[in-house]
Parts: sequence; C-alpha cells; structure tokens
Amino acid sequence: MPLLDKTCDMAEAIARIPDGARIMLGGFGVPGTPFCLIRELVRQGQKGLTIIKNDANETGMGVDWLLENGQVARLITSHIGLNPRAMQMMNDGRISVEFVPQGILAERIRCAGAGMLGFVSDIGVGTLMAEGKPEVRVGDRSGILETALGADFALVHAADADTFGNLRYAATACNFNPLIAMAAKTTIAEAETVLAPGGIAPDDVHTPGPFVDLVVALPELSEVYGVVER
Amino acid sequence: MSLNARERMLRRAARDIGAGMTVNLGIGLPTQVLKYVPADLAVCLHSENGIAGVGPVRDRANADRNLIDAGGAYVSPLPGTAYFDSAVSFAIVRGGRLDLTFLGAFEVAANGDLANWIIPGRLTPGAGGAIELAQKARKVAVITTHTDKHGAPKIVVRCTLPLTAPGCVQRIFTDMAVCDVTPEGLRLSELAEGVTVAQVIAATGAPLIVPQTPLPRF
Repeated sequence: MPLLDKTCDMAEAIARIPDGARIMLGGFGVPGTPFCLIRELVRQGQKGLTIIKNDANETGMGVDWLLENGQVARLITSHIGLNPRAMQMMNDGRISVEFVPQGILAERIRCAGAGMLGFVSDIGVGTLMAEGKPEVRVGDRSGILETALGADFALVHAADADTFGNLRYAATACNFNPLIAMAAKTTIAEAETVLAPGGIAPDDVHTPGPFVDLVVALPELSEVYGVVER
Repeated sequence: MSLNARERMLRRAARDIGAGMTVNLGIGLPTQVLKYVPADLAVCLHSENGIAGVGPVRDRANADRNLIDAGGAYVSPLPGTAYFDSAVSFAIVRGGRLDLTFLGAFEVAANGDLANWIIPGRLTPGAGGAIELAQKARKVAVITTHTDKHGAPKIVVRCTLPLTAPGCVQRIFTDMAVCDVTPEGLRLSELAEGVTVAQVIAATGAPLIVPQTPLPRF
C-alpha cells in the first residue's frame, strides 16, 4: 500500500494562499524559519495577512521581509524585540500586535492541532495578559480560559521530509514547527532533504505525514539559513 | 557600570547556582552568568527554545546553524543534552522543573513585582517566555544595574510599567548590592566592594532594611 506523494513546486504551494489569510510560521530566531517559503510569499505579494510566529526575526530576515513589503496586518507573537521595524510599525499603528506568553502561544497552537477548544491556565493572572479572558474555577483553584489558536496555513521548515510528509527537525530548529504543522487547515513543509518513504525511520519521525499537505524540496540552502554574523 | 562592577555582580549571581539544579538564564545580563559557573558543577541549563543541557557558547567558525539558545547565541551540546519543541519546553517551566531563573528588569518592586517586557508606546519587545519563567520557577532572581542610564532607581516601591508577574522576585543582584524580598520589606543583604550603605540607599527607590551586623562583600 504506497503512501501518497505530496511533493509540490514552491510557487504552486504558496499560490494557494489568498489575501487576508492567517499564516503560522515556524522558527525561533533563524533555526526552523521557512525562509524560502516566506521569500516566495513576498514575491507573490499576498496582502492583509495575519502572521502567527514566536518572534519577528531580525532586520532583513523572514518576517521582516513581509513587514517591509506591507503584507502584514496583524502579528500574534511572544517577542519582537530583535526587530526594530516590527516595534516601530506597532507603535505607529501600522500593524496590530497581540502578545502571548511564549509557552501559552505554543500550547494554544498545540491545542488547536489536537482538536481541542481551549484550556485553563494560571499564567499571566494579575497582569495585562489576563485582561478580557474569562476566569474559570477548577476545583479550589482559579485560572483563565485560553482558546485554541489555529490558522489557514502553516509554513514549516524541516531538516528531512519524505514524500508522504513525515518530518524530522534538527536541534533547536524544532521549536514551534511540530506544533504549527498540526494546527493549520493546510500545512506546507519546506525540507532541506526530501527522501523516499522509509527514508526517515519510523522512530525518528517528529511530525507524522497525516498533518502535512504539501512538501517542497529546498534548492541549495541560501546564506540566510546560515550562521548569523552580529 | 564599570566592567569590574558588572563582573563582580555576575560572579556573585553565579554562586547561587548549586549542584543538581535545573536553571534558566534569561536574555541579556543573565545569560552572561554562564561564564562564571564552574565547569565541573553538575547543573542542567534549560533554554526555552528547546534545550535541556545547554553547553558552552561557540564562536562563529565552529557554530552549528541549528543550535542556538533563546538569546540567539550559538551553543553546543553536552553528553546527555536533549532537544524538544516549544510546548514541551514550557511544560518543563510550568510543571515546576526549574529550580532557579535569572531575569532582567525594567523595574523591580520591593514586594517582588517585576516589569521587564514592555514600556508602552516606546519599547515593546514583548515577554517571550518571561511571564512563565517569572511565575513558575521555584526561585526567581533579577540581575540588573542598580539604576538606569539616567541614574534613576530601577528598584522601586511599586512598578509603574505593566507587570511580567506580581510578587515573583525573591532576590535582586545589582552592581551595588544583593537585596532580598522579605515579608517585612526589601533587605540589603550584601554590598559590592567599594560601595557604602548610604550610596545603596540613595540609589534605591524603596525603603531598605539594613541589618546592624556587618554586610558580606562581593
């Protein structure tokens, strides 16, 4: 029983994204950021996007290309401190930014991917982060309701994929990738190496193929994936 | 802050890291503590981007492009290092597995309130993982300059900025002193070399409890 071949041309994969889409991006800093998929999104120029990503990358990288190109309406994130443009655009009112505590962002995404509606946590109680969220009693403890966070598209970066969409990540390039891969209606994975089915041993699969819709093989890695000179 | 004062502060903070602990070093000054942790101390450093067992920093020439800490420094694995996704990483934090975290501060209050993620309309980096670290690590210590670059106290009676977490800080390391948050108020516990009690009081925006006994120096 062969498994479906999900490999796809990059331009074709990104062309599925319409204006106004909600898009999750993998990555924490450089590792795990799907730079080639983002670059293609910039080339095609879809507008009014909601971007959900841990951070806004740095000047001249990833999310910053989308900001510079005026494609982002809203950013749902935990930290934008390494991107002065993102902070400036937020404070000028040119984009709206929703800050979410990093682990709550991860859990809200995981929750959507796992088919749950939400969860109760005590993180941020007594701070701005809890404002407007319903208070919930669980036994003798009280917390706030956090809702699941899903998206239309997830753009994932993997070290290895097989043609069915099983994925393996490398070191800290894992981060949000396996979570967003589960949480979107359409998940597009770029991979440094695309293997035949069985190329990743079953025990080594981090994201199982059923979560992944399209697999894009990366050409030779460009400099942006490399070690950053600061 | 002179280089010397900064080094003494970091060296002193590092002494609070004990054998067997799991520790998270926040972005900024706290990361610098790593240089002063003895190489043979059995300590597991956690980084919120998905590492338990963070090893020494690597220079650019020897860096692995896929291996950074949460502050973006290229680091190395140790025998026994584990990598995991961001949900697991914060399960470690919220699940109470961190013995200690060092965090930076915009403001820290005498009652242990911490503000370190936003100066509305001006500096809006966001909290990253700081809210969970501040709320859930068993011990939270702040490492900060005693005053800001205009000489204004960073230790205050009440924070004016949005809080990261209320009442979370137990200890404050600065270039001038070590202070402890106690039920009675903020206590001056140690003094940096060459600094007087009067200087610390003048640079602090909250009342300090000063013990009658001589204070240890660092």
